[in-house]
Amino acid sequence: MVTSGGFGVNDFAFKVATVNGTGSASANGLLLQALFRMGIPVSGKNVFPSNIQGLPTWYEIRVNKDGYTARSPDFHLVVAMNPQSYARDIDEVASGGWILYDDTKPLDDELIRDDVTFLGLPLAGMCVDEFEGSRTRILMKNIMYVGALVALLDIDVAVVKGMLEEKFSHKKHLMDANFRAIEMGANAARERFDCPLPIRLETMDATKDCVMVTGNAAAALGCVYAGATVGAWYPITPSTSLMDGFTEYCERFRVDPETGKKKFCIIQAEDELAAAGMVIGAGWMGARAFTPTSGPGISLMSEFIGLAYYAEIPSVFFDVQRTGPSTGMPTRTQQGDLMLTAYASHGDTKHIVLFPADPKECFEFAVAAFDLAERFQTPTFVVSDLDIGMNDWMIPRLEWDDGYRPDRGKVLTAEELEEAESFYRYLDVDGDHIPYRSLPGVHPKGAYFTRGSGHDKYGRYTEGSAEYVEVVDRILKKVESAGDSVPAPQVFAGGSSGTSSGSRNAAEGASSNGAGVDEASAPSYSAPYGLLSIGGCHWAVLEARDELTRRGVDVDYLRVRGFPFNGTVEDFLASHERIFVIEQNRDEQLRKLLAIETACPKEKLTSITYYGGQPLSKGHVLEGLAAHIDVPDSPLPAEAGA
Amino acid sequence: MSYITKPVARHRGDRTNGLGLTTRDYEGSMSTLCAGCGHDSVTAALIQAFWELDVEPHRVAKLSGIGCSSKTPTYFIKEAHGFNSVHGRMPSIAAGANAANKDLMYVGISGDGDSLSIGLGQFCHAIRRNVNMLYVLENNGVYGLTKGQFSASADIGSKSKKGEVNRQGPIDPVSVALTLGATFVARSFSGDKQQLVPILEAGLEHDGFAFVDVISPCVTFNDHVGSTKSYAYTRTHMHEVVQTDFVPIRSEIRTEYAEGTVREVKMHDGSSVRLRKVDENYDPTDRHAVIEYLGNVADEGEIATGLLYLAEAGEDMHRFSETVDRPLVSLGHEELCPGSEALREVQKEWW
Repeated sequence: MVTSGGFGVNDFAFKVATVNGTGSASANGLLLQALFRMGIPVSGKNVFPSNIQGLPTWYEIRVNKDGYTARSPDFHLVVAMNPQSYARDIDEVASGGWILYDDTKPLDDELIRDDVTFLGLPLAGMCVDEFEGSRTRILMKNIMYVGALVALLDIDVAVVKGMLEEKFSHKKHLMDANFRAIEMGANAARERFDCPLPIRLETMDATKDCVMVTGNAAAALGCVYAGATVGAWYPITPSTSLMDGFTEYCERFRVDPETGKKKFCIIQAEDELAAAGMVIGAGWMGARAFTPTSGPGISLMSEFIGLAYYAEIPSVFFDVQRTGPSTGMPTRTQQGDLMLTAYASHGDTKHIVLFPADPKECFEFAVAAFDLAERFQTPTFVVSDLDIGMNDWMIPRLEWDDGYRPDRGKVLTAEELEEAESFYRYLDVDGDHIPYRSLPGVHPKGAYFTRGSGHDKYGRYTEGSAEYVEVVDRILKKVESAGDSVPAPQVFAGGSSGTSSGSRNAAEGASSNGAGVDEASAPSYSAPYGLLSIGGCHWAVLEARDELTRRGVDVDYLRVRGFPFNGTVEDFLASHERIFVIEQNRDEQLRKLLAIETACPKEKLTSITYYGGQPLSKGHVLEGLAAHIDVPDSPLPAEAGA
Repeated sequence: MSYITKPVARHRGDRTNGLGLTTRDYEGSMSTLCAGCGHDSVTAALIQAFWELDVEPHRVAKLSGIGCSSKTPTYFIKEAHGFNSVHGRMPSIAAGANAANKDLMYVGISGDGDSLSIGLGQFCHAIRRNVNMLYVLENNGVYGLTKGQFSASADIGSKSKKGEVNRQGPIDPVSVALTLGATFVARSFSGDKQQLVPILEAGLEHDGFAFVDVISPCVTFNDHVGSTKSYAYTRTHMHEVVQTDFVPIRSEIRTEYAEGTVREVKMHDGSSVRLRKVDENYDPTDRHAVIEYLGNVADEGEIATGLLYLAEAGEDMHRFSETVDRPLVSLGHEELCPGSEALREVQKEWW
C-alpha cells in the first residue's frame, strides 16, 4: 500500500486494471487521448503481460499540470475491472483514494479497506441489458468505465464524442453504440456518486505544440527520414513496433506512384544473427541499413557486431531494452544493456551508443545514428527501452530541416578511384583515423577483401603483430574520437530546472535533425553533488531535482546522451565532490562504464538503481539519495513521493 | 604473412573474351591451400566460367564464411569486392548485400561445415528467400582447418584419417535444396572441370538461388582409403545423370546432341542450358521424381552428378519484396526523405 500524497485538479494518477485481450487497450487509448486533447499534460504506461488473452493487464495514467510525465506509483484512483487482480489493485490505491469496480458481483469482505472509497457500478449487468453478443458486451464494458470516468473526473464529453466520430466515421452504428456506452457509464456514476471527485480535470492549453507518440514509431520515422533502405529484423518484444512503423511509413512515402514498386526492402530474418548479417551486407554495399531488436537479439548479433567493428562497416542497431537476463520479463522495462552495447562482441571492441530519453530523441537519434555509422564506419547503437519504445509520450512536435543531407562519410566515387594512384581500404590518409571506403561494383580499383580476420592497413590478410596492432589501434582512436560527435550531454546546473516542460526547451539543443551536438557553453557548477543519469530515467530525475530544490538541496544534473563519453562528462565528474549515478539496472552499469572510461575515481561515484521492471519515478531517486545524503523531509503541498 | 600477391603473367596468344580479357584477368591471389586441394580446382573452374561469360570483374561480389572453402574467394577475380564473413553466416551477408544492390553478380563459396553445421539455418533460409546468387558448397566431409574432424556431410561408415568410423547420418545438401524448393540444384566434382564449368555458368545466369554441391576432396585429411569423399572414391562412384552444356547468347552451339535426348532451357537473359539425360528415366524438371531418383542412387552407394534439377527461378527476394527496378543503393536522398511538409502531416495523426 502506498501512502497518500497530495492531489487535486489536473494533478493525480490513476490506474485501470483489466484482462488482456478484452479490448481495454483501445478504451485506455481513448482516455489518454481525451486528456491530451483537453490540453492537460498526461502520460500513459501500459503494464501488460507477455500473453495474448486472459491475464491481468494495467494501464497507468498520470495527469500533471506542471508537465511532469514520469511514472507516478501513487494511484489516487484504481479502475478495478479484473477480479483476478482485485486484491493487488485495491491494495495499491493511495489512502484517501477511490476504487471504481463492477459491483454486478459483490466484493469479498476481506478486500474492503476503510481508508478508501469504493465506487461500485453494475457495468457488466448494464452491458447485458443493453448490448447483444458476448464480445460486444465485453468491449462495451470497457467503454462504459470510460463513461463513468467522464463523470467522475469531469472529462470533456464533447472531446470524447469527437474522437469516437473520427474513429467510427464510416461505421455509424459503432459510433452510436460506443457513445451510448459512454453516456450510460457517465449517467450511472452521476446517479450514484457525488461527481466529479476531488481529483478531476480542467481544460488547459499545455499540449497544443505537442504530439503523442511512441518511441518506436518516432524511431521508425527517423529511419525513413535518414534514408534507410534496408531493414532486417526478427520479431521481438518490445522492438517489433519499430519495424511495424518503418513498414507503415515506407508504404506511405516510399512507393513509386507510377509502378507501385518500393524504394525499400524489409527482410524478416530467420533469427537475429541473420538480421545483423543482412544489415552488414547492405552496409557493405553502401545502403543505410538497420535492425531493431532487444537485449536477447544483441546477444545473438554480437559475433556479427564484432565483424562490422573490425571490418569497419556502417550498421545501425536499435536496442529497445527489456528486463533481462535471459528471457527475463519481456514486457517490463530496464536499462540492462549499457555494458552489452558499449562493448558488444569478443575481443577488443567499443561502439558508438546513443541514449534517447523520449520519442523526440528516438527520432533525432535515429537520424544521427546513420550519420555517425557512416562517418565513423562502425556499428552504431540507439538504445531506448520498453517504456520509451512502446508507451505513448507527449513530446514537442518534431521538426525537420529540409537542408539536411546524409553524412555518407569518406566514400570514393568511380571518378575519384579512377584518378587515384592507389586505394587501400584501411589506410589513415587524412590522419583522422578514418580511412576511405569504396563500394562494390563501382570501380575495379576500389576492389578489396572485406574480412573479419587479421588485416593490415592495406586490407591484406595478416598474422603479423605490428600490422595487426597498427589497425586495431587506429580503430580505437577512431571510435573514441566519435565522443565529440555523439549528441552532447544535457546539463542542468544552478537553480531549479523548472517543470519538465520547461526542461524540454533546454533539450532543444540539437538543431539539425538530431545529428548535431548541443552548442552548450561550458556550464559552471556550484553544487557539491551531481546527479548523472541516462535515457528514460531523465524525467523522474528532473522531477526529483526540482523537489530537492524545493527542499533546499541543490544538485547539478547531467544526462549522458552518447557514448563514448566526451569532455563535458569528464568535466562534470571532476567538478563535483560526489556523483550519484541513477540508472535502471542491478549491476550499476553506467557507474562502471564511467569508472572504466573516464578519469573519475570510482569512489566518487555512487549508484542509485531501480531495476524492478517499471519506469523510474521520482520516489526512487529521492529515496535512493536519502540513503546517502541528508534530504529534508519537508512537508509539501504536492505529493511527497516517498 | 600469408597474403601472397600473385604475379600476373601475360602470354602472347592468351585467348581473350568479349571484353578483351584473358582468364588471367579473373585470377586472384596465390592459393594458400594444400597442394592438390579440390578447392583450387573449383577456383579454376570459376575463373573459366566468369571469363567465358564475359563478366566485368568489378561487377562481381564474392562472399564466403569461414573454413578452407571460404578462403577461396581470395583466389579469383581480384578486381571484385570480396567478403570473408563469419562462420556459417555468409548467406545473410549475401541477402543484405543483394537487397541493397541487386545489379551485381553474387557468388557465395561455402563448405560442408560452414553450410551444413554451423550455417545450416542460413543456408536453408537463403534458399527459401531465393536470393539471386550462385552458391557453391565445396564439400569434403571433413573439417580441414581444425585438423580432421568429421563434418555433417560425412557418410555413415566413412573412416577418418585416424581410423575412426562415422556413425551419424549425413546431411545431403542437394536433398535439402530440393526439398526447400531451390530451382537450380547441381552436384559436381572438383576433378571434373568439364562438367563443372558449364554448371557454374548456368548457375551464374540463373535468375535466383543456384546451388552447386561440389565434391572437393581434402588431400590432407580425407583422401585416404575408407573415406567416401576421396578422389578415388568419388571417381569410381560418381554417376553422371545429366550432362550440361551452357550456351551463351552469342555463342554457337558447341556440342551436337542426338535428337530427343536433349532438353533446352532458356535462361532469363536469352542464353540457354542444354541438358542431356544420360539415364533414360531421369527428368531434371520433375522435382519429386528427382528426389526419389537421387534417393535410390544414394542407396546404391553412388554419387549422382550433373545439373540435377532446373526450373524457372520464380520470385526472388526482390520480387517478394516488390522493390523498384533500380538498385536501392542508387536512390538519392531526395527520393528517400519525405521532407518537412510530410512530417507535419504525419504528426496530425499523432493526436
